[in-house]
Amino acid sequence: MATIARSSATVRSGRKTRNTRTDEHVLPTGTRWWRELGWRYVVAVVAIVYAAFPIVYIISAALSTSGTLTGSNQLFSSVTVENFRALGDTKFWTWAVNTLVIGTATAIGTVIMGAAAAYAFSRFRFSGRRLGLTSLLVIQMFPQLLAFVAVFLLLLTLGNVVPILGLNSRLALVMVYLGGALGVNTFLMYGFFNTIPKELDEAARIDGASHAQVFWVIVLRLVAPILAVVGLLSFIASFSDFLLAKLILQSESHWTLAVGLYQWVSDQLSANWGIFAAGAVISAIPVVALFLFLQKYIVSGLTAGSVK
Amino acid sequence: MSPDRPPTVPDAPVSEQKPRTADRVARLSHARDYSPGFFVKLALVALVDALGVYVVMVAWAQGSSAVAWIMVALLVLTNVVYFSKRALPMKYLLPGLAFLLIYQVFSVGYTGYIAFTNYGDGHNSTKEQAIEALLIQNEKRVEDSEAYPLAVVESDGTLGLAIIDDGEVLVGTEDTPLEVADDAVVTAGRITSIPGYDVLGINDVVNRQSAVAALRVAVSKDAGSGSIRTQDASSGYVYSSVLVYDEDLDQMTSTVTGTVYTPNDQGEFESSSGETLNVGWRVLVGFDNFRTAFGDSRYSEPFFKVLVWTFVFSIVSVVSTFFVGLFFAVALNDERLRGRRTMRALLILPYAFPAFMSFLLWKGMLNTNYGFINTVLLGGADINWLGDPWLAKLAVLGVQLWVGFPYMFLICTGALQSIPGDVVEAAKIDGAGALRIWRSMTMPLLLIAVAPLLISSFAFNFNNFNIIEMLTSGGPRFGDASVPVGHTDILITMVYAISGLDGGAAKNYGLASALSIVIFLIVATVSVISFRRTRSLEEIN
Repeated sequence: MATIARSSATVRSGRKTRNTRTDEHVLPTGTRWWRELGWRYVVAVVAIVYAAFPIVYIISAALSTSGTLTGSNQLFSSVTVENFRALGDTKFWTWAVNTLVIGTATAIGTVIMGAAAAYAFSRFRFSGRRLGLTSLLVIQMFPQLLAFVAVFLLLLTLGNVVPILGLNSRLALVMVYLGGALGVNTFLMYGFFNTIPKELDEAARIDGASHAQVFWVIVLRLVAPILAVVGLLSFIASFSDFLLAKLILQSESHWTLAVGLYQWVSDQLSANWGIFAAGAVISAIPVVALFLFLQKYIVSGLTAGSVK
Repeated sequence: MSPDRPPTVPDAPVSEQKPRTADRVARLSHARDYSPGFFVKLALVALVDALGVYVVMVAWAQGSSAVAWIMVALLVLTNVVYFSKRALPMKYLLPGLAFLLIYQVFSVGYTGYIAFTNYGDGHNSTKEQAIEALLIQNEKRVEDSEAYPLAVVESDGTLGLAIIDDGEVLVGTEDTPLEVADDAVVTAGRITSIPGYDVLGINDVVNRQSAVAALRVAVSKDAGSGSIRTQDASSGYVYSSVLVYDEDLDQMTSTVTGTVYTPNDQGEFESSSGETLNVGWRVLVGFDNFRTAFGDSRYSEPFFKVLVWTFVFSIVSVVSTFFVGLFFAVALNDERLRGRRTMRALLILPYAFPAFMSFLLWKGMLNTNYGFINTVLLGGADINWLGDPWLAKLAVLGVQLWVGFPYMFLICTGALQSIPGDVVEAAKIDGAGALRIWRSMTMPLLLIAVAPLLISSFAFNFNNFNIIEMLTSGGPRFGDASVPVGHTDILITMVYAISGLDGGAAKNYGLASALSIVIFLIVATVSVISFRRTRSLEEIN
């Protein structure tokens, strides 16, 4: 194993960075190899087994012939798509579409409103600007989740006037989510907007572009990476929200995946297991893929957001 | 880079002045030619206006004047902002701000208001509605009253009753009082058809027996005038309330016992002997809810247990995930390791897998009888992971560790890589050993980078509703069943249980909102204090 490691190190030594050890060119051997590198492989294997076994288990359960919890314990003893087919007889796909629509609408709305607000704070100097930024910080400390009783009662009242803005309406849920659009995201985007030189939009304005044109055509293109991150984070947030979705969406055909899958597992856990596993695998695949793909940006986004 | 630079920096005054000249250019062009952008704006605002006016009209017609006035204000503001040349920043802020004001600021403020009321089951509405409900609920058949020949009818899915009184047919539904029905056909003493209604046959009536038995059709618009009800769907009787409300004296009198009930300051009618009627209304009760939370032992005991567990849960979650994440990050942070990227990608799988599904997945795996943990990993052990108070807590922490360590792994990896190599090298040259370097260089530098994230993580876990609700639903319940709260409940799930919105208990919005306020105060205090601390940490170094 040591020799293999050594040969690869010589191949890759061309792109070594400055902050590696002084002895980088020669890999240690024997006990020294163990002390410096070997244990790391052991830790990595343990860590990966720990991280991956529940996920391997659920994939196996989704492919298992038995739809029950007991039958899913022997990993990959049988492989069939029966559970996936059975999803068709349930409301799973309705929930998936609901989740997708609600998440996408929320993400788009959040991105547009957050970007517009960040643009205003970053580019204009107006009275109340500092106050506005400070108030946003304070409001952000009171999570909307904590006010769920008031949100519920508010929608109860609104629903008496305009049913589509009240309980059991998917539009109303999106609007509630959009209520939180300015909170965290404005700061995340504000920092990013500030890194775009102002001279760019001033030049465009002198060339005759209007404010709106500067915003839509020039600035938004330049800040596209942060828009993608905010959009994805907002999508995942609405995807994972259970409390508000459960309170607001009352009829089964309006549920999201979080509410629906919870229902499957909470009543008759044992009987619905295979179908839950299949549903979970299907709905996790796109999220996991997107996540791994955008991982770098998400982490930098998270870091930037909470340090601010 | 910072936008809040002092004005001595040359470009700050420029940015103060430039918009003005550019504005003028824009103003001229706007006034002369109407660009496509203008028409887009016109169309959008027109759409918003149309919807808004619709809401105002409906709200007004329904008597929700508060909703109507707020909507009017928003519409006026929208039109002023988008059609004046002055409020430029507002054009960008307004959409987000409108949502923020309605759904967050208002909700938070409303939470604060509800916390001081007794809003909840039994105190659900205004006093007028409570009086009406009391009059209706306490109806009894008027003794020796006439039996009217009756038919059950239906109109657009709404059930109604029709009776024959003095040869005239009267018809009404749950929402509309009795009215004379013209052109109704009566054959052999039975109503056979009424224009606009379907007369239900015996089978339909049997199918909807309980709905028919509960049906109440008011005799007139006055709630006190009584109603028509039926037991057998063929004859109806006048029911009238045993309570009489006197508006001038503002008191309820029972016609049966003669007891007089007067309103008390809890929003209920109370007799001189302290007996109260079962429907009340919302009133401000001051700090009563807070007193209940901290003083009433039925609530305060579970409350303090939950409070302690919430702190334990959120602190242990942060610390355990941090150390495990840090350990893995350190282990994998060596350039000479092969396949590092792949290993990292595999390690963050639990973070990428949607959290709520992880909780449900673990709930299944931890199942006592059939779960993977007991049957396979522990070789058929019979451990009641989610049913025993201590084991359930352990399970919650264990699952949180699995879900949370990849995040810490990611940020620690990032922080470790950003520690400059020459600093470490310099320490090495000065003769510091590995442990010394770690303790005096790496760890402090790492902590500065991740401390704010640890605080956010704490604040997040403090309100981590999903893990508790999905994994244990707060259970196992406390032995004393007076409140629907259990050993693994954290504050936010306790609020959910007490609010009654999960259907598990009587609704108590007032107490739930008061607890929300308490949680907010705790989280805000902890955040402010610890952010101060980390800032000083940064200054020292």
